[in-house]
Amino acid sequence: MDNNVAGRCACFARTLERRAALKVCLGIALGLHFVRPAGVAAVDPKDERPQDGDRLVFADGERAGHVITSADLPLGGPRAMAFPMAPATRLVRDGSRLNKVLVVHLDPGTLAEETQARAADGIVAYSAICTHQGCEAMAWDDVRKTFWCPCHDSKYDPRDNGRVVAGPAPRRLAALPLKVVDGVLAVAGAFSGPVGGQTH
Amino acid sequence: MRVHRTSAASLREAAAALLVGVLWLAPAVATAQVHHYSSVTDARLLNPEPQNWLMYRGNYAGWGYSPLDQITTQNARKLTPVWTLGTGVAEGHESPPMVNNGVMFVSTPQNQVLALDAKNGDVLWYYKKDLPDDLLQLHPTNRGVGLYEDKVYLATVDAHLVALDAKTGRVVWDKVVEDYHKGYYCTLAPLIVRGKVMVGTSGGELAIRGFVQAFDARTGDTLWRTYTVPAPGEPGSDTWQGDDWKNGGGSVWIQGTYDPQLNLAFWGVGNAGPWAGDFHTGDNLYTSSVIALDPDSGALKAYHQYHWNDSWDWDEVTPPMLIDVQRSGRPIKGLVHPGRNGYLWVLERGADKISFVDAKAYVRQNAFTSVDPATGRPSYDAEHKPVRGRLVDFCPSLWGGKDWPPAAYNPRTKLVYIPSNDNHCGSLKSKQEEPTKPGQLYLGVEVKDIGLSVYPGSKTIGRLQAWDPNKMERVWAQDFVSHSFGPVLTTGGGLVFQGGTNDRFFRAFDAKNGQMLWEFRTNSGVTAVPMSYMVDGVQYVAVQSGWGVDAERMQGALIAAGYQAKNYGKDVPIPQGGVLWVFAVGK
Repeated sequence: MDNNVAGRCACFARTLERRAALKVCLGIALGLHFVRPAGVAAVDPKDERPQDGDRLVFADGERAGHVITSADLPLGGPRAMAFPMAPATRLVRDGSRLNKVLVVHLDPGTLAEETQARAADGIVAYSAICTHQGCEAMAWDDVRKTFWCPCHDSKYDPRDNGRVVAGPAPRRLAALPLKVVDGVLAVAGAFSGPVGGQTH
Repeated sequence: MRVHRTSAASLREAAAALLVGVLWLAPAVATAQVHHYSSVTDARLLNPEPQNWLMYRGNYAGWGYSPLDQITTQNARKLTPVWTLGTGVAEGHESPPMVNNGVMFVSTPQNQVLALDAKNGDVLWYYKKDLPDDLLQLHPTNRGVGLYEDKVYLATVDAHLVALDAKTGRVVWDKVVEDYHKGYYCTLAPLIVRGKVMVGTSGGELAIRGFVQAFDARTGDTLWRTYTVPAPGEPGSDTWQGDDWKNGGGSVWIQGTYDPQLNLAFWGVGNAGPWAGDFHTGDNLYTSSVIALDPDSGALKAYHQYHWNDSWDWDEVTPPMLIDVQRSGRPIKGLVHPGRNGYLWVLERGADKISFVDAKAYVRQNAFTSVDPATGRPSYDAEHKPVRGRLVDFCPSLWGGKDWPPAAYNPRTKLVYIPSNDNHCGSLKSKQEEPTKPGQLYLGVEVKDIGLSVYPGSKTIGRLQAWDPNKMERVWAQDFVSHSFGPVLTTGGGLVFQGGTNDRFFRAFDAKNGQMLWEFRTNSGVTAVPMSYMVDGVQYVAVQSGWGVDAERMQGALIAAGYQAKNYGKDVPIPQGGVLWVFAVGK
């Protein structure tokens, strides 16, 4: 797509969505039939973001692909790296790296109110993609009980809604609400915000 | 150059402006474009006019030198901002503006390109690459556009090469260089030789196999690709074991230099991947090397490896400068390279051979015990070469004696100006094993053990050094409390310009003796390449200021190392956000 915006006034931080909208609006106003909104392409189910009811499976290691249970997550960490899985089809949604999730089991008494509401028995989940520049190598700092991105040294607090506690990350990690269904850990809703790094 | 508007365009502008104003209360969109654009020909690239800056370092020899001499050691103290432009984005601004007869093109992080009236800063057009949501940007930056004929070329962080119409900014073609999901990304300014647009990719930490690739400037068709890591059976493959070559690194992320007499492009090649040398035993050609490629065919004609089996993350990705030097009364067609490994290298270039001439440490370096006087091959101190199982310290740290910021050469002073960092050491501990997943971090070392320390008693890190490449002697040095990531410009007016420190200053020095003549405090840290140009008889110096990437990372590591110095502090980060500054001598 040509994102050229000719002119003196370029609003440099303008979003893609706005620019697409601008083209549509200009097309309507000027009667230019060649400008039309892009069609909505079908999304591969493996690329779809986590859905309510999805299970979580290990994303890596010897147990990659196995469903994660509460017993797999030691209290106090470390974190596990996970992908969501559709329970009916057992389809793992690993088509997009934006679906990667950090899961960690923490003392429920240490969780902030908002985080507690999204937790399942002290287990919390967040997007594994650093909000700075999109790294997914999120390590676990067992001393401070924080996620640590070694790419640019950002740190996040999983007890407090994924808040940035250090480094250049511009915003908190998106949280993924969890619940327990028939004794099994499951996703309870969509990410609490956008996932991925900065691109503008 | 003139800006021209058509009446039809004005009508459309009016409608657009109305809608834009209603929807977003944004300023009106105006259609402006460049008329009378000077085509960038092969002849002009071979002999750039003094008033212009047509490529990353100003000329094919990689000098970072402007012949302009209106701004001098006598009047530099009167330098004052003429106009500025906010880029609207954060992170490391590293590119020089390119200027072609009054039209300026500047690229920024997140792959924006702005065309500007170089005299007054009017924005003529604006482009932004539509970057994918799932992009990983390990080094969120860009180091400049390429100019050829009537097009502007941008290599992007999602590993595309985009050709823009220089007059309007419209996309002429957009080609995929490689799949960004596999760790490939582009941050370099393309090197353009006789209709061939050459680029390489970053990704040395993401399990890539590096290459240089040429595209047809007019069509975007791929002409050739030459890997920097040979496949089994190819020359140099005997320096690799097993399948190590498949993810062997050798990234190429700085524009090469070019010798038109030999018709050879010289490219610096990054370290072997992953960082830990135990993961890729052998010499690992052609990593941490300079390679000479025929731009017509991509054929590798010659090479020199600065150091074998890299284990320190010492990319030698900056290409050598092409400089005539004298050795024992003999003139030499030289290749001069201040290495990230802390040695200043002088090589001799020929049609099918690169010969070692001399090498000398220009910062504190403890990993080499000697350099073979005949071949230039270094011997290593095993105590300072990272290995499996124990933490190994070494100097300089992984940021090297000189990281990516380019050095400069002034043909009047015949000195090389090196933007170095001294007195810092690092430590790494190799892992036993690490799974290889292209596109994911692949370092081969324990991340938590990556260390930085300051040599005991040191009070300075950044060091701008002037070296005589004939005598291999340091002529002068300027030391800074801060570390420095400041690319260097030198001019016919006898000046050296550099920023790079965390105190946000941009400075001018006397090229002969290093005396500081002028400094100006900008909005952020200056990690971009400065340049100079002239319009209507006035000389300007331009540079972007916008801190980020490795300057920021090294700052964090120095804080963690307890390096207490002015302007350092955990709670007072260096402000980000880019501004383009243009200076001239005030009346």
